[in-house]
This record gives sequence, structure tokens and C-alpha cells, in this order.
Amino acid sequence: MMRPGFTDPVLDAQSCFRAVLEAMSRPGRVQRLAAPLQPPAPLAPATAAVLLTLVDAETPLWLDAGDEAAEWVRFHCGCPIATTPAEAAFVLATGTPPDIAALPQGTDEAPEAGATLVWQAAALEAGQGWRLSGPGIEHEHRLRVGGAPEGFRAAWAAQRGRYPRGVDIILCAGEAIAALPRTTRIEEG
Amino acid sequence: MAVLARAGGEAIRAHLADAAPLPPHTRLRGPETGLVMLRGRAGGDGAAFNLSEMTVTRCSVSLPCGAVGHAYIAGRDQAQAELAAVLDAALQDPARRPSLMAAVIAPLAAAQAALDKAEARKAAATRVQFFTMATMR
Amino acid sequence: MAYVAVKGGEQAIGNAHAWLAETRRGATAQPELDVAQIEQQLGLAVDRVMAEGACHDRGLAALAIKQAQGDLIEAAFLLRAYRTTLPRFGHAAPLDTGRMRLRRRVSATYKDLPGGQVLGPTYDYTHRLLDFALAAEGGAPEAAPQAAEGLAEAPRVTELLAREGLMRRERASEDEPADLTRQPLAFPAGRPARLQNLARGDEGFLLGLGYSTQRGYGNNHPFVGEIRQGRATVCFTPPELGFEIEIGEVEVTECQMVNQFHGSKAEPPQFTRGYGLVLGRGERKAMSMALVDRALMAGELGEERAAPAQDEEFVLMHSDNVEATGFVEHLKLPHYVDFQSELEVVRRMRATAAAPQEVAE
Repeated sequence: MMRPGFTDPVLDAQSCFRAVLEAMSRPGRVQRLAAPLQPPAPLAPATAAVLLTLVDAETPLWLDAGDEAAEWVRFHCGCPIATTPAEAAFVLATGTPPDIAALPQGTDEAPEAGATLVWQAAALEAGQGWRLSGPGIEHEHRLRVGGAPEGFRAAWAAQRGRYPRGVDIILCAGEAIAALPRTTRIEEG
Repeated sequence: MAVLARAGGEAIRAHLADAAPLPPHTRLRGPETGLVMLRGRAGGDGAAFNLSEMTVTRCSVSLPCGAVGHAYIAGRDQAQAELAAVLDAALQDPARRPSLMAAVIAPLAAAQAALDKAEARKAAATRVQFFTMATMR
Repeated sequence: MAYVAVKGGEQAIGNAHAWLAETRRGATAQPELDVAQIEQQLGLAVDRVMAEGACHDRGLAALAIKQAQGDLIEAAFLLRAYRTTLPRFGHAAPLDTGRMRLRRRVSATYKDLPGGQVLGPTYDYTHRLLDFALAAEGGAPEAAPQAAEGLAEAPRVTELLAREGLMRRERASEDEPADLTRQPLAFPAGRPARLQNLARGDEGFLLGLGYSTQRGYGNNHPFVGEIRQGRATVCFTPPELGFEIEIGEVEVTECQMVNQFHGSKAEPPQFTRGYGLVLGRGERKAMSMALVDRALMAGELGEERAAPAQDEEFVLMHSDNVEATGFVEHLKLPHYVDFQSELEVVRRMRATAAAPQEVAE
């Protein structure tokens, strides 16, 4: 049985977009989403809302969330499903996220073509964990991302060498989101 | 689906009055209006090119029995799209299908075919009959 | 200074809009036009706005015409602006124009051809005399006569020639075509990008360019192989269904312009075609588009490129009336600061030009 998407597609998508914008503008600050969604497992409400807001027929999506979730996302977003992360505009990771270096990085002429990784983490906790700095952060923001894999920080640091190419990350957990745009520096807390 | 896509919302509603009432439905998505890019082919049969967009309204619904119905229709008539989606779902029910086909789909299809036929006849009436040339040959 | 002008303009702009609305309505003694009347009775204007607005929706085009007081370029602009507010669900399968429900089909190359010459509701043989009967209270015209049978199959004229090997075949391709609504034009533009650009281009611009090719600006001796006008079925595959469904019909006009080609090292002498496809009953535009499409193929066919209509950048960069309107009409917006600097430059030049003379005296 197909579960519904946003109750009010326009207003719900607008408020979620606003939250994503806030999250991207203030990397590491956690935003709460109000949309009451009941997506199929393993999607968290925040993950589902971000996908409904950002993914559409023109953005191929790769996901590791299983058939039921794939069917739900394809139905509500109308997006093509990519067979590999390298062909996707959006990559949804509900388990261990793929190596960011293997995702589309964009080009120096069109850095906006870099992929966006939607990473559903075990937990997001502000005020502890990584020390974040960079544009949008006055001094430093702190964020703990539950279940971040070994080597992620090194891969993220390596990405700086490719700037302006790169990958942006939207983190989701429960009804919370935070973002790591490619300009953000991460240091161990 | 093709018949419902070409029928106006009011025409569908008018025929529904002759059928058993439709079951209640839940909206899964839409009705919402968007665009579909139309394409042509160079020379009519060559490489595809983008011609123009068109407005399209879609709707997906589910019925209490679990059947899911979809509709994509040209234009912006959201009531038509929703009705078409409900009918698409209801037509999957073998118990309802015959009466809905008879009361709604068949008359709509017949009306569309009659319009097409009338237009084809009007066009045929403007076909040039080169009779003088034929007798001169 | 510019900011002062903008702030002071607010009241004036508001009042101008109010007067515009009043002017649009005209004398209230006359009944107001409704959108359905425009859609039905000014159908060719609706068609043109849909074609140049690059958005098929008769009701929206009619509304745009009403709002623009019949200024069709302004109406196309309104429609273009509106379409940006809608999400895109995907793209339809290419229209099968060979199987459209024909209202009109004529060929200037063959008198007797399968399917025949079908005139349809054309102005071609009218006398262009003003019909004052239309100015009087009309009443409905008599119903158009109907033949006993519908139309016979009407195969494409170009296919008849191609079967003999006399018509250059189009290269069928399933490549994803360029989309000007997503990616800006780049040169050299492929034929798909050119055709998309021409299909939404300004009818007047294309008409003038097409005419120029006939007058010798570009080596062209075209024949209308075929014009087809009618309704084509729109087929779309929703990603969640995975199979193709019919979602409606669109009226289109197609023109195949047949041109002689002298041949090259790679290809024998044969006919080539210019192609026009336009939303609605835009026959003049479809013909113009076909002439210009053929002229733009000069490069690919190894012909000399000397005329404006053969210059891809010239044609494609200037065909869009919404873009052209924006750039031409922006000139009337405040340029006070720009002009101040120009004034200063001219005054300084005059001063320096005058100065040596004084010295000489």
C-alpha cells in the first residue's frame, strides 16, 4: 500500500526548503522539520521530507534504502533511479554512506553539478563532537553525527583540494536536519 | 486512460450519474499541475528535439480495497484528473468494471470517436477532386 | 540619484497600472470579453502565443492575450513567465506526426498523391476582401459539409521520395536532445537545439529570414513537399507506471520543404528537406521555420555559408522575441548614471577638441 507524501505539497515543501536553506547557510546548526510524514522504513521523516522537497524528474537518485522506499520516492518525486552513485544528482545513504570521491563532483565551470549526499545518520547532536568552521560560521559550530564512518573526515578534507568541485551533504536523523556544504572544514572535537 | 484524458471533467461527471456511486478514495499524490516537454522529430522521422512544454495535471488515489489509480491528463483540470484516477482504480475491480465501462467509458469513447469521424469527414469534403485535369489527360 | 527616482516612482507606477487596467477593459458599455471567447474565436492568436510562449495550454494563452490587450509578444512573455512556476513531470514521446488526425494536408510537388490534397479550414482561397457581414450581428454559420467517408491514409511525401533514394534520409537517433529551457545555447548548436529554438522563435523574424532565402540570400530553391495540420496524440511514460499512456492531443502544423542538393564528395545529388513543426495552426511559421532550418544546414552539407539565414549564431541568438523584447525594451528603463558618465566624456572631448584651437589663435 503506497503511503502518501506531503499533506500540503506546496506549503510543506516550502517550509522544508526553508529549513534546508537555513541548514546550508549555517553549517552544523540543527533544524527541526514540522512536516508529519510517515514514510516507509527505513526512511526517517526528515529524510523523506528532504527528498520530497529537492528531488524531481530532472534529478536522478541513487539510494540504498530498499525496494519499498525506492518505490515510494520514485512515485512521489517522479525521479529516475540511478544504477550507480556516480550517475546520480542526489545520493541517499541510510546505511554507510558511499565514498564522496566516487560521487559526481561537478566541473570547474559547473560546480553546481556536484552531487548532494542525503545522509540519514543514527543521530545528530549539536554542541558536541566535530568542530566546524568556514563560511556561515562565525567562530565554530559543533556537531556530532552518529555512525559517521572511519575515514570520512579524511575524505572530506581531501575534497577541499578539488574546490569549487565537490559534494554537499544534508544530514538527517528523525525530524532533524543539518548540512555540511563543501566549504565547511571539519576538525575532530 | 486515453479516453478519460480526452474527456472533460464535466462530461465524466455527467456519465458517472448513470453508474453506481464510486467508493471513497484517499489522495496519494496531487491533483497537481506541472509540465511535460513535448518532442518532435527532425524531418518527422529523424532525431528527437524538444518542441514545447504543455500543462499536465496528475493525480494518484487509493481505494479502501487497496487498488491504486493514476491519471495524467493534458491541461489544468484538477477535478478531471482526480476523477480519472478514481475511475482508473475502480476499473481494476472486476465487480465494478462492467458497469463503469458501460456507463462511463463506452459512451465517452463513442462521443470522441463521433467527433473524430465528423472532423475527418469535414476534412474529406475539402479534398480536391481534380476532375477537369483528369478528363484532359 | 537613481534610487530617488525609484522611490518616487512607486505612486506613479501604481496609478499607471490602474489606468492600464481601465484601458484594457475599454468602454464599459461594451460587454467584457471572456477568456473562452478568445480561446474559441481568436484561435490563431492563441496558437501563436502557445508556440512562441513554448507552452501548450489554450486557456492560459487566451488569458494572456486578454491581459496583454492582444499584444501577442507580451502574451507569450506572460506565458513563459507562468511556465517557470510549474514543476516538470518529464518529457513525452516524440509526436508521431505521420499518424496525426489530419485537418489539412497539401503538397506542392505532386498533384495526385495517396491521400490527396486536403485543404482544411484555410484562408488560402479567400479573396482577402473585408467581410462586413462579420461586423453585423452574425448568428452561427452553416455547418461545414461532411463527405460520406473520412480521409484515406496519407503517407508522407518525403517518404515517397526517400523510397526512390532521391530524398536524403534523416538520421534517426535516440540521443537525449538538447533542451534550451535547461541549458543555454552553445555553438555549434546541433539540429535538435536549432529546431527547438526555431519552434519557439518569433514568427515575424523567421518569416523575414525565410523570405530572404527565397530572394537570393542563401542558395535555396524550395518546394513545399508537404504541409500537414491536425491533432497528434501525446504519449507519456510516468516513471511510477513504467509504461506509456496517452495523456491528450495537441494540434500541430508540420511543413516539409524539399530542396535540391547538388551533392558532395560523400553524397550523391538528391533532395534534402528543411523541417518546420509548430504548435497550433501556424502554417506561415512552420513554412518559415522549414526554410530557415534548411538554410542552417549549409554547414553540415558543405555548402557555402554567406547569407544571414545560414549564420547559426545570427539566427538562433536573435529569434526569441521574449529575449529580444527584454533587451530592446530595457533601454527605456533609467540609465541616468550611465548617461551622466557619457555626458561627461562628450563634454571633456569637446573641451579638448576646442582647446588647441584657442592656443593656435
